[in-house]
Amino acid sequence: MPPRKPSLDRSPAPEKRKVLMTVTAPSRPPSAAMRGHARRRGRRGLLGWLYATPTAVFVGALFVVPLLLVVKMSLSRWPLLTGDQGINVPDNFTKAVDHRFFTDSVVFTVKYTVLATVLLLALGLGLALLVQESSRWNSLLRASFLIPSALGLASASLLFYVLYSPYASPLAPVMESLGFTFLGSPTAALLSTTFLIVWRYAGFYMVLMLVGLQGIPADVYEAARSDGASRWQTFTKVTLPLLRPTLALTTVLCVTGSLLAFEQFYILTKGGPDNSTITVVQLIYMVAFQGQNDLGVAAALSVIVLLALIVMNALQLRAFRTEER
Amino acid sequence: MVADFRSRPATADEPAAPGTAPTAPARSNGVTVAGIALRTPYWVFTGAVGLIFLAPLVWTAVASVAPQAGTNQVDGWGLGNYETLANYQAGIWRYLANSTLVSLLTVALTLLVSLLGGYAFARFRFPGRNLLFLLTLAILMVPYATLLIPLYVLLNEVGLQNSLVGVALVLTMFQLPFATFLMRISFEAVPRELDEAALVDGCSSFGALWRVLLPAVKPGLITVGLFAFLAAWNDFMAPLILINDSERMTLPLAVSNLRGQVQGVVDYGATEAGVVVLALPCIVLFLLLQRHYVRGFMSGALKG
Repeated sequence: MPPRKPSLDRSPAPEKRKVLMTVTAPSRPPSAAMRGHARRRGRRGLLGWLYATPTAVFVGALFVVPLLLVVKMSLSRWPLLTGDQGINVPDNFTKAVDHRFFTDSVVFTVKYTVLATVLLLALGLGLALLVQESSRWNSLLRASFLIPSALGLASASLLFYVLYSPYASPLAPVMESLGFTFLGSPTAALLSTTFLIVWRYAGFYMVLMLVGLQGIPADVYEAARSDGASRWQTFTKVTLPLLRPTLALTTVLCVTGSLLAFEQFYILTKGGPDNSTITVVQLIYMVAFQGQNDLGVAAALSVIVLLALIVMNALQLRAFRTEER
Repeated sequence: MVADFRSRPATADEPAAPGTAPTAPARSNGVTVAGIALRTPYWVFTGAVGLIFLAPLVWTAVASVAPQAGTNQVDGWGLGNYETLANYQAGIWRYLANSTLVSLLTVALTLLVSLLGGYAFARFRFPGRNLLFLLTLAILMVPYATLLIPLYVLLNEVGLQNSLVGVALVLTMFQLPFATFLMRISFEAVPRELDEAALVDGCSSFGALWRVLLPAVKPGLITVGLFAFLAAWNDFMAPLILINDSERMTLPLAVSNLRGQVQGVVDYGATEAGVVVLALPCIVLFLLLQRHYVRGFMSGALKG
């Protein structure tokens, strides 16, 4: 019995239900039971809807309707203060693409996404491998890696805003003697912000990697060891391939999160220096509420981001799936 | 580099001990002198990495009460920076109250909606069930900013723009994919016999939920509530876009605005104090509910 357990685990629900039916059905005359069953199923359907109504209201009113509205807004002239001024297809989209920061912000967002994703996944996996055995020391380490993730992104950004400042930072003397500041040049600003993000999220990705690592059966490692595989071989030939589903999930999460970066740059760099760190979401915010006040163009940008995101996620999932074959 | 350090713990133990109870049984415990000597570099290295993660937090807490030029705490140690914070615009108590209201309302709404929703998805078959569930999960796929712009317009129309209740409603919606998913699997993990028995005994379906199932899904509810609180307490973008009255700002917004208020000079001391006030409840909750916190992350991973 024990060795077969995993395969049994996969289909517990239908079997349990079948058992239940055979136990309960004979207790009543068959015809009445069947009529009662049908009536009960109808009533239970109604009850189900009753319990699902709050979810449906929230999802409908605050997700589906806004989603349709943003599409409508992207097709209409829609200044912040006066509201809907009628259809103007495709003005918003041409204005969005022609925006002087459009290309720069797309290029910068992609650059930041690649950097953050590579660093976070590598570090997340590294930390997970470091603390995967359970011991008191390791659970202490796990907790300290995880604490920053309990902070809000805005709080963490404010914390590093002070930490990076040439005036209040404990590293101020270092900055002075080396003649640079953490947010002073475009490259420094990008790297400093990425460091903040890695500090804030590494623990989160460590947990996801730990879950993946625990899913790898111990006997696979046994086999690799008895075949005389070195540690590096075990890592590249056993751990990494078997970790593929986890790597796929974490990549999708990290890419999506990084493409939508806002708070960290809004608070730390305000898009500077020289408008070098404007992300796409920041551009949306700028167009909508800072100066231009054009919700139509902002909506068009939002729709472009949404479509890009869907396409990218689909491509990533497909890439991970075809590699598997 | 990373791979090299990975292998170090494996020198004394089995290489990776996965499974549900990842302890290495055939372990020497490193009690021997040689064992301790072998593992010292590992302790030093991992301890240093752990410190990198803790140092910014500790430093901020210390710096917020330390003397600092250009702040309200120039000489000696004290709470001068917290005084600046307390007197900023409408006062920190106002912003604390606003943040608390938004957070508690979001937690209450998220718990209620996901408890009922999770029960519906786990225990009932009704037309549109799969569609509604997929739509709820789809919220995760859509960028925050994409929804906040139309939500700004919509809430304006129903008089909930510039309102803390409006912010809480929006934040609840953003919590629903995670919360509904987690409550659904929490309910599904409870044996059906439990509520079937209650129904046979004459309980209504709500009675079965309230008296029999609620205690069983309590860990799920704690995780959902914890994540809803952290998300609402820390959220920056929704209040930034939806609130334009300085009286109604939430704490993260207030602390962010506090920089550069006085003639463009940043009061770093007050910012540090603000970060401490913002971070403290999160860290306390993390330490108290660490198991639930990690479980929440893990259920996210299992979904993939």
